[in-house]
Amino acid sequence: MIKQIAPYYDVIVIGGGPAGAVTARYAAENGASVLILERDREVGIPVRCAEGVSVTGISPFIEPDEQWICTMIKGASLHSPDGNYVEMYNNGDGYVLERRIFDRALVDLACSKGATILTKADAIGFVKNNDGEISGVQYRYLGKIYSVNCKIIIGADGIESQVGKWAGINTTIKLEDLETCVQYTVNNIKVNPELCRFYFGREVSPGGYLWVFPKSEYSANIGIGICGIETKPNIGPLYYLNKFIENNYPNASVSYTVGGGVPTKHGTDFVADHVMLVGDAARQVNPITGGGIVQAMIAGRICGETCTKALQANDFSKKFMSEYEKRWDKVLGANQRFMYSVKSSFIKMSDKKFNSIVGAVKSINQDELNLHALFKVALKEEPMLVAKMATSFLASKIKFDW
Amino acid sequence: MEGVLKVNKALCDVCGTCVSVCYVSAIVVKEFEINIDNEKCIKCLNCVKVCPFEAIEEEK
Repeated sequence: MIKQIAPYYDVIVIGGGPAGAVTARYAAENGASVLILERDREVGIPVRCAEGVSVTGISPFIEPDEQWICTMIKGASLHSPDGNYVEMYNNGDGYVLERRIFDRALVDLACSKGATILTKADAIGFVKNNDGEISGVQYRYLGKIYSVNCKIIIGADGIESQVGKWAGINTTIKLEDLETCVQYTVNNIKVNPELCRFYFGREVSPGGYLWVFPKSEYSANIGIGICGIETKPNIGPLYYLNKFIENNYPNASVSYTVGGGVPTKHGTDFVADHVMLVGDAARQVNPITGGGIVQAMIAGRICGETCTKALQANDFSKKFMSEYEKRWDKVLGANQRFMYSVKSSFIKMSDKKFNSIVGAVKSINQDELNLHALFKVALKEEPMLVAKMATSFLASKIKFDW
Repeated sequence: MEGVLKVNKALCDVCGTCVSVCYVSAIVVKEFEINIDNEKCIKCLNCVKVCPFEAIEEEK
């Protein structure tokens, strides 16, 4: 007999990705009854992700497991438009994940703390009581529509977040704050499995970067993000990606193709009465790297803990639950604002500038070369950055995580 | 008045990027398909510009 869905849960999480799973886990761990609704047939699909994370970023949340680790990353190489490149090895290790398995592990963890998940369950709207107050969620499951009551709804429903829209939270992204991306997973290539590669330049990936993240010695995620203001008809991310692969990996065979958008500016409103947004839905993404997994997990923990507090206080108002926004800002706000200011200059950077930065960085002793050293060089090359970074540095506690 | 926007389903990956840049909430994901409400649409073409596969077309 399949576990029945109860008529009421304290918390309903819409979306079973890392943001939803971590929120569910921390809410459940503290005694809340939690239901995760996942619209797909399983969590973790389709993978819309380059799958790179830092070890220090995810280690507070899950024990490493070789089942979801494809490669251990030791360094990064940065490639300027003139073909020059520099390798960096002092920024901590990373993993290239197998997201499909990783996402399932996070959900398993949430369920081990008491959460329940239902797949193929597509949320279609809120349920409201006679006073117009949000009192539950309506979802479609195997062709039928069901309602389930709750106190708190978590929108962990990704970049297109319907929950944010239903709650009246303004989540619209400006074109300059969006990267439009296409990624292939390719095989029949030869790559260093310990090195993530990044390619820059107006002709390579205008207003963004192109990545080669190894999944093994002979396969990689090769993808590109270009800024939303840089596309032209028939000259979008797919055009640049195909050009790169033809020139660099002509024998590559494509085993997976995916598109998607990455927000590069964090939201400021994540909360409404009875509702909190988390992860991509709240635009919680590193503005420079576009990485969202660690951000989603950090926010998910705070969000889950806020659920507990709201349930204890029996107060689900925007005012009470905005503690989540305040705590998020304390932990990540300064970091996000700093990264965003750098990103704003980065998307406008000329090829000449990229060339001279990589050229200058090459002269740094390999032992001393890390992102801090890189930013120091970038500062000299890009005076506009100085003012922006100086203001951000005052906020301190800057972390260079990816 | 310009033409209406239509999604070319052969190209669409249902990634939702178009939804995120729509100022008037004219685009929704419904049952694994992108739906554009051309009554609400203000033809800013943001969705057309950001679609990774250029799947949104203006029908004149």
